[in-house]
Amino acid sequence: MRGAVAGAGAIALPALLTACGGGPGGDGKTVTLGSNASDPMPKKAFADAFSAYAKQSEGGRKVKVNIVDHNTFQENINRYLQGKPDDVFMWFAGYRMQFFAEKGLLHDISDIWAKYEGFSDALKAQSTGADGKQYLTPYYYYPWAVFHRKSVFQKYGYTAPRTLDEYLALAKQMQKDKLIPIAFCDKDGWPAMGTFDYINMRSNGYEFHKNLMAGEESWTDNRVRDVFDTWRSILPYCQPGANGRTWQEAATSLQKKQTGMAVFGLPHPGQQFPEDERDDLDFFPFPEIGAEHGQDAVEAPIDGFLLAKKSKSLKNDKTMESAKDLLSWLATGEAEDVYLAGDPNNIAVSDRADTSKYTPLQKKAVELVSGARQISQFLDRDTRPDFSSTVMVPAIQDFINDPKDVDGLVHGIERQKKTIFTSES
Amino acid sequence: MPLLRTPGGGPPDPRPKAPAARDAPGAARRTGARTRASARRRGPRRFTRRDLAVIGLLLGIPVLLDMVIVWGPTLASVLLSFTSWDGIGDISWVGLRNYENLFTAYPAFWPAARHNLLWLAFLGLVATPFGLLLAVLVDRGVRFSRFYQSTLYMPVVLSLAVVGFIAQLILSRDQGALNAVLGNTADPTDWLGDRDLNIWMILLAAAWRHTGYVMILYLAGLKAVDPSLKEAAAIDGASEAQTFFRIVFPTLRPVNVIVGVITVIEALRAFDIVYAVNKGRNGLELLSVLVTDNIVGEASRIGFGSAIAVVLLLFSLGFVVTFLVQEIRGESRR
Repeated sequence: MRGAVAGAGAIALPALLTACGGGPGGDGKTVTLGSNASDPMPKKAFADAFSAYAKQSEGGRKVKVNIVDHNTFQENINRYLQGKPDDVFMWFAGYRMQFFAEKGLLHDISDIWAKYEGFSDALKAQSTGADGKQYLTPYYYYPWAVFHRKSVFQKYGYTAPRTLDEYLALAKQMQKDKLIPIAFCDKDGWPAMGTFDYINMRSNGYEFHKNLMAGEESWTDNRVRDVFDTWRSILPYCQPGANGRTWQEAATSLQKKQTGMAVFGLPHPGQQFPEDERDDLDFFPFPEIGAEHGQDAVEAPIDGFLLAKKSKSLKNDKTMESAKDLLSWLATGEAEDVYLAGDPNNIAVSDRADTSKYTPLQKKAVELVSGARQISQFLDRDTRPDFSSTVMVPAIQDFINDPKDVDGLVHGIERQKKTIFTSES
Repeated sequence: MPLLRTPGGGPPDPRPKAPAARDAPGAARRTGARTRASARRRGPRRFTRRDLAVIGLLLGIPVLLDMVIVWGPTLASVLLSFTSWDGIGDISWVGLRNYENLFTAYPAFWPAARHNLLWLAFLGLVATPFGLLLAVLVDRGVRFSRFYQSTLYMPVVLSLAVVGFIAQLILSRDQGALNAVLGNTADPTDWLGDRDLNIWMILLAAAWRHTGYVMILYLAGLKAVDPSLKEAAAIDGASEAQTFFRIVFPTLRPVNVIVGVITVIEALRAFDIVYAVNKGRNGLELLSVLVTDNIVGEASRIGFGSAIAVVLLLFSLGFVVTFLVQEIRGESRR
């Protein structure tokens, strides 16, 4: 009887999670840190960064890391933050951070944020809660764009398109050249969201996108219908059967030169490329749709560090001081350099970071985000998590299955949006 | 599934002795020493205080555990289903609104309920009879029956999540083995992405495992059927089919009950295989998945998820009650 089991889980889990929380207040010099970096590459890179911190710290401060599997961390975040969280924890910027700030589960760090150097206004906006205070220390991000292989573009003489019309014309040409123009996948439920975000921001601007995500605009609005109509015009050039394809499979098709382009985040396609072919990877920003919005907005999910309010040891002023010292160090360019040396799939948020060792792709990514007028996070980070996972994931898969029924789709989303945004807020 | 949990390991004794009955002889011996004349009139009033304490303890602990582990959470789920709660803030009472939203505004609900029923029908009407057929064939001693037996039983030791991964390796559109074998690379069939097709593929994979399980249970039952029954039937001139359906199958009644229960459990708790394949979306929705989607995870909709859980609970209770009524009637008739 899964109902009963799930119910029991809701009650028993907090107790279990608290059991594995960090130790007592301690000496005031050791800061505990909850990490979701369970993959080998980031795990190692973070370990390097924290040992660099301990080394440079004059007062002998150090970090004690508790690593939890990435998805488990995400699924249990509610109970983690309400139970006995670590002093510092890794999380995402934007709405997903603001949600916890609003619930009073985060410490305000406006005082140290004011001293941070090298962060753009867009970054500040993404670190700020709904109350205007800063909560997040951003660390790195990765932009989304349209990826392709240089060699394929050279071979057929393609050039990167700037507008949607050029994009579609290029896709048509690729079809003639026996390529599937756009690799497309949504079995995992999130990859196609990137395309939705971009079409919406290019057609209707970042403000509208943000408000739509916040539940303030109606999904039955003509502007939203336009987004799906535009998307439908691109679909014939996309790989069919997207709902049965993982993002790894889509990236592999790009690597095998079966497909010509793919909308991805910076870390995604490279992982499916053999080491010696990674230099062949290139990208261009998602094409312009409406002239007034140009290519202003860039989707670049930011990861960073926050202070958990329920942490017992942060009640000790000394530990709090140490934790803030750690955050201040993590906000420096050097701190980001140490991390990115071990994980070249992201780029530093600080403009003080050393970009000389970046790969050409990373350098291009820096150019892309630093030229951005606005930075969005990603559909599942820019809105309520329950809305994105229980409504938007199936809705986009429905759209891919049946792109013609936009009317039914937007009404379905709007109905569910109302139940979620009105009932639980 | 508290009421149905027994068959998890092996076939349990269908009529377990009540602890009180097991305890009675001891009590009788002691009281019997005093009142030998009325030794036959044993009654609860004759228990000593110590007996009562022992009985109370032995019964009380399981009852208490049952209350805390099973009925408490169940009741909590039912209560929560009338509330709105995100797991952090206050719990607010919303009456029937969750149910209203569930039935009218949640597109995944009806497909999920349909899929659970389909799952039950497929396992009950296809996989289980097929398992019985295999058991009969193996029992009759076809050649290499040991080999078949172990091959067919093998999938049972795999968890359904693993079966899900295997299904993906075989059925993936671009990199799967099946499409490679079929050689349709130009327009490959999207076995797991096409929502008209994927549920059947998953049912096949689930049935692959279920059939072996059912087979082994029936095989054990068939071995226990007294051969003289069959001989007597043969002497009376019954055909093979008649012997099976009129004589052997009815004597398998205890096994049938267990298999029936297992089939219902498997159909209602189905979860891991679809979750492994695509998180139970896009044509693979199940009630259990919807409960998880809404309750587990950040910013959970605990009230709404509980409402789905309650629907699943009622669903299961329907089967459990029907089954118990049948059982009790069957018992009293014998």
